[in-house]
Amino acid sequence: MSRSAPGLPENNLPLVALAARQIARITGFDLPPERRARLLEMGLTTGAQVQLIRFAPLGDPVEIEVRGYRLSLRKKEAAGIRVALP
Amino acid sequence: MSATLAAQPVPVRSTAHSARNIAIAGNPNSGKSTIFNALTGLRQKVGNYPGVTVERKVGRFYGSHGEPMTLLDLPGSYSLQVRALDEAVSRDVLLGREPGTPQPDLVIVVADASNLERNLYLVAQILDLNLPTVVALNMVDMAERAGIRIDVPALEAELGVPVIPVVATQGTGLVALKQAISRPLLPENAKRPPMPELIEREVRALAKQLPVSAAVAFPEALLLLTLHDQALDDLAEHNPDTVRATLSAQERLRVAGLDPLCALVEARYAWINEVCQRTVHKPDAGPGLSLSDRMDQFLTHRLWGWVVFLGAMTLMFLSIFTLAQIPMGWIDSGMHALAAWLGELLPASQLRDLIVDGAIPGVGGVLMFLPQIMILYFFLGLLEDSGYMARAAFLMDRVMSTVGLHGKSFIPLLSSFACAIPGIMAARTVENRNDRIATILIAPLMSCSARIPVYTLMIAVLLPTTSALAKAGMMLALYLLGIGAAFVMAWIFKKTVLKSEASMLLLELPPYRKPSLRSVALCMKERAGLFVTRAGTVILALSILLWALATYPKPTDPNATRAEAISQSFAGQMGRTLEPAIRPLGYDWKIGIGLISSFAAREVFVGTMAIVYNVEGDMKEGTATLRDTMRAERRADGTPVFTPLVCVGLMVFYVLAMQCISTLAVVRRETNSWRWPLVMVTLLTVLAWTGAFVVFQGGRLLGFQ
Repeated sequence: MSRSAPGLPENNLPLVALAARQIARITGFDLPPERRARLLEMGLTTGAQVQLIRFAPLGDPVEIEVRGYRLSLRKKEAAGIRVALP
Repeated sequence: MSATLAAQPVPVRSTAHSARNIAIAGNPNSGKSTIFNALTGLRQKVGNYPGVTVERKVGRFYGSHGEPMTLLDLPGSYSLQVRALDEAVSRDVLLGREPGTPQPDLVIVVADASNLERNLYLVAQILDLNLPTVVALNMVDMAERAGIRIDVPALEAELGVPVIPVVATQGTGLVALKQAISRPLLPENAKRPPMPELIEREVRALAKQLPVSAAVAFPEALLLLTLHDQALDDLAEHNPDTVRATLSAQERLRVAGLDPLCALVEARYAWINEVCQRTVHKPDAGPGLSLSDRMDQFLTHRLWGWVVFLGAMTLMFLSIFTLAQIPMGWIDSGMHALAAWLGELLPASQLRDLIVDGAIPGVGGVLMFLPQIMILYFFLGLLEDSGYMARAAFLMDRVMSTVGLHGKSFIPLLSSFACAIPGIMAARTVENRNDRIATILIAPLMSCSARIPVYTLMIAVLLPTTSALAKAGMMLALYLLGIGAAFVMAWIFKKTVLKSEASMLLLELPPYRKPSLRSVALCMKERAGLFVTRAGTVILALSILLWALATYPKPTDPNATRAEAISQSFAGQMGRTLEPAIRPLGYDWKIGIGLISSFAAREVFVGTMAIVYNVEGDMKEGTATLRDTMRAERRADGTPVFTPLVCVGLMVFYVLAMQCISTLAVVRRETNSWRWPLVMVTLLTVLAWTGAFVVFQGGRLLGFQ
């Protein structure tokens, strides 16, 4: 698997820095509580495994896999999800 | 961490004689509607909850001992946390707070077996409500195909409620589901997901202070405590003591470093992880891609994705505009035959005129739209059921976001090309209130099918001899003008009155599946029924009113032509009154009559023009004759009325104007106030007038005619 953007620490990446099909684990959020709660309710909890599937043809939104299902988020929110590579 | 709630008195909810009230809840895409349809068949009724626009769908069915049951379909949602109107309704129904809807005796929670973890989140929330619960584990076939094995008895033991494996699309497991519903259930059996001790303590303390029955105090307190700032205005409906107690409990938790909702969600998912570890066996992810994945590689491809998308949309519109012509022709000739037959049968009287010239064309005008609406919903149902709809939103989100809207606004706008009414009703899927209103406000700018006859006539008057291709190009330009205006208006709305923090996109992309024709057919039937009852009644009443305006007062001279009669009728008088306002656009009072009659439905313009210019004959020759008559029409000074600038200006006016009272009635219903329909009609009228003014006066300044 390809490593992403050089210079970023591998244990604290924004989710959007992953390459397509790359798997990582959620470590935290840089989002206001209301948005964080909505993501949590969709199963994006700390420690959950996420996979970046693809970006939409126009570059935004992004499709991810979490807890066995596919979810699409805008890059703006996805950038607020911090992940660590395994 | 604590386990189950101490035994609370079980409220007596129903007697053996009355129908039991069952509510069915579930995530979007969990197949909840399919189970609802499979259980109730055609015995369903769609209405609204009082005072709000959330749809209330109720059906009847019989339990395994023949006992009657009422099944209430709750809006599909990922959570009971209140963020939108329909979530508030779900919560209120489940807590027995919704006026006119009794608290359910039992809740069926539909959980998608192929996506159990996230689906269990709603199950966990519903278990916290302390209501008798049955879990319908749907799509077990798809889960099996994906290699997921669920130990159902173990899951039952973990949750403490019956879990029934179901394949709703094939009807498998429905008998067992009915048996589970018919069995008496004791809510104490249900396991309650553990929550952080600090939160549990606050919930219990708050529950004691609430002025509600003991049975709902705990869940009520739990939902209050986890309200977030944005939803706090929801607190307004509680008494000041409750509000104070809630806010101070939240504050204590925050001081302790806990966000009540986030901590609770994390605890629930921790519990779900444990439950799934013990009950679900998943295959190790292989390197191969699933079929759905491979389809997505193509359908969301940078090039092919757009090709398929545009192809699908083109196919849909070609069908709406061509296929629908056939049944529309039948309806048209059927209505004409009926009118002719009744015209001969009934003695000449005002009543006969009302029936033959007012009511029958009015009913016809409603029914004429039905084929298009049914074809539209056939395609929308197919796209939704197959899972492609979510991909369309995924592709279009970036485009829509340039004007501050969501990918989900795309479908309502698309539907509006057939008719703004189903489009506006489809805007319910847009969660954010301001986004939804912005979508509704721009929907009428999408050229609906009722405008096609007007465009066709005016293009024929403007360019009688040019090729079909040039005419099609002109038509396309009119559509693009509407789309462009809609985007500009949306951008302005989102920058001003409908400003909201860019709403969050949380769009599930469910795996593709074969659409169920039964579901699609039910959806068509339901939507067609709603159109006839909600819009049809308004269109009919207006058609009769406009007929009366164009008929009365009757001319004193019994030999007056139809043109003379309409010119001195109320409609004619209104046309003259309107003339000063439309003279700057180059229109005379006869066009004014046409504009007024368009309020019933825009295509009535063509018929009215035929009456005003005294053109007889059936539609086909009529259009050609009408075209020539209109081209030959002269003003008092001998110059033509329909100069190119007037024609273009009139087309621009029809693209931009809000001329459909049925749409206004639906907007009133959907926004629950007169404010937005008034805003809509004012803004769009100003826009249309200005557009036509700029074309006419600007064109003259530039030396055109």
